[in-house]
Amino acid sequence: MNHAIRAEGLVKRFGTTTALDGVDFTVDAGTVLGLLGPNGAGKTTAVRVLSTLLHPDAGHATVGGYDVVRDAHRVRQLIGLTGQYAAVDESLTGRENLLLIGRLLGSSRAQSRHRARELLDQFGLTDAGDRAVKTYSGGMRRRLDLAASLVAHPSMLYLDEPTTGLDPRARTELWTLIRSLVSGGVTVLLTTQYLDEADALADDIVVIDHGRVIASGTPDELKAKLGSQTLSVRPEDETHLPLVASVVGELADHAPDLDGQRVTAPVTDPAVLPAVVRRLDDSGVVLTELALRNSSLDEVFLSLTGRPADETEQTSTERMLS
Amino acid sequence: MTTLTDTPPAGPALPARVSPLQGMRQSMTLAWRTVVQVRHNPWELGDFSIQPIMFVLLFTFMFGGAIMGDWQSYLTFMLPGMVVMNMLFVSLYVGQGLNTDLTKGVFDRLRSLPVARWAPLAGRILADQVKQAWSIVLVLGVGLILGFRIGTGLAGLLGAVALLLVFALAFSWVAVVVGLLAPDPERVQIYGMTALFPLTFVSNIFVPVQTLPGWLQGLVSVNPVSILADASRGLMVTGAQAGPIIATLIWAAAITTVFAPLSAWVFKRRV
Repeated sequence: MNHAIRAEGLVKRFGTTTALDGVDFTVDAGTVLGLLGPNGAGKTTAVRVLSTLLHPDAGHATVGGYDVVRDAHRVRQLIGLTGQYAAVDESLTGRENLLLIGRLLGSSRAQSRHRARELLDQFGLTDAGDRAVKTYSGGMRRRLDLAASLVAHPSMLYLDEPTTGLDPRARTELWTLIRSLVSGGVTVLLTTQYLDEADALADDIVVIDHGRVIASGTPDELKAKLGSQTLSVRPEDETHLPLVASVVGELADHAPDLDGQRVTAPVTDPAVLPAVVRRLDDSGVVLTELALRNSSLDEVFLSLTGRPADETEQTSTERMLS
Repeated sequence: MTTLTDTPPAGPALPARVSPLQGMRQSMTLAWRTVVQVRHNPWELGDFSIQPIMFVLLFTFMFGGAIMGDWQSYLTFMLPGMVVMNMLFVSLYVGQGLNTDLTKGVFDRLRSLPVARWAPLAGRILADQVKQAWSIVLVLGVGLILGFRIGTGLAGLLGAVALLLVFALAFSWVAVVVGLLAPDPERVQIYGMTALFPLTFVSNIFVPVQTLPGWLQGLVSVNPVSILADASRGLMVTGAQAGPIIATLIWAAAITTVFAPLSAWVFKRRV
């Protein structure tokens, strides 16, 4: 197996903070690896090390077989980076941003123009191509940023939280674009705070927290292990709670939690929902709430670490739940 | 073992580093970017054009008579120094532009590309020289309209411009350090202004040094701004003097020697 990207024991400290505490993972050529974790987990630091912007304090990493420290210039010829913030020049037009990168990479004026036209077209920015980027919407900026990372036809693409802060429609659009890139054979390292995003795009997922890998596997493996969805049931009569808990416990393959007046349990099989309804209905239990929702990152972390993601993660978790 | 198969791909080997020539080209491309920015935002040129014009007019007509008896002689005395002052303020744009790139993530994008490590910075400084040249032409132009006359000839004028640009290039490193230290672009201006106002006013740009209290005279004469103003005055009006010109070049070399490595060090800590 030829690994396109390989990280071995990466350590990076900033003062007293340890951003990466011995991270290992590999990405096979032509696949998507989702690096999943809350803010401050070390995702961006890992991407910055792999894109040669930071030197690791220990461990090493190779991209396309080249060491990111010793052969940094070669690594840079293989990668495209789309950071957390749309890194485009706001006072230039979309086209000029793409031209600038083409010219920096040593392409002729004509080649750069041609590539810029091609990318604007591919990313639905042709009409906006000659407007200053500061007039673009958030989604358009991200698309331009992604286009800018593709000027050189990179064989590895790093997407650092590509959809953070985007509305659902812009997010879906970006997902479609990413999928089409992957089908073209690009190897992708994707970082995200969103479980559904990793699930939708990644072939493999590595979950990191506090600079350490805490779980890894295919989305299906992780879902089987963690429960991709959460069943939540609330009986009208509080005294029915033990009965509800035992039914849910029996049908879901995980032990249920008692959350106030609610019984919740991670489930992998959506058929659990109707089965629970039938059983409770037969027993004459009236429900005021019955829901099957996607597990939040918090719930994944809870089942992985036995503790919720950091408090500071509240906002991102809330956004994911809404 | 997988480690053995993680070999670089077959086919033409990728170049291991950037040639200096490519680096130069990349710097020029990045400088072009700044020129395009000005083209899109012509009022940005206006931003740093209005203030110098206003200063020339204010000092000439408001203070000229009081300081030298008539505004015409004051214009001749003050204008070469005004060019120096304006050049120092314009150099702050290097720091501001650099800081914008850092805070917006553009610098990361540039550094992740296979370009020379020094190209993004060199491009910034190079593009700034275009603004510098414009600011020199502007102040001199306003002066000429008001009646300022070059007393030495074309060679003297070109020599003055060249000397100013050399000093501007050196001083750009100071602006780079400020740009790297400031948390946001607005703060670059604030820090820069705070440092530059005393530096330019405690000099012989606006008043003859003999009129100052003794202790201040000493301070003013060692200020590199006074030395550069003297050199420009000589080259433009009274005839070139080797002393101030050599002293200016030594200052430029000293500033570069201190601030270029310092900026590299601050830069490493920031990113």
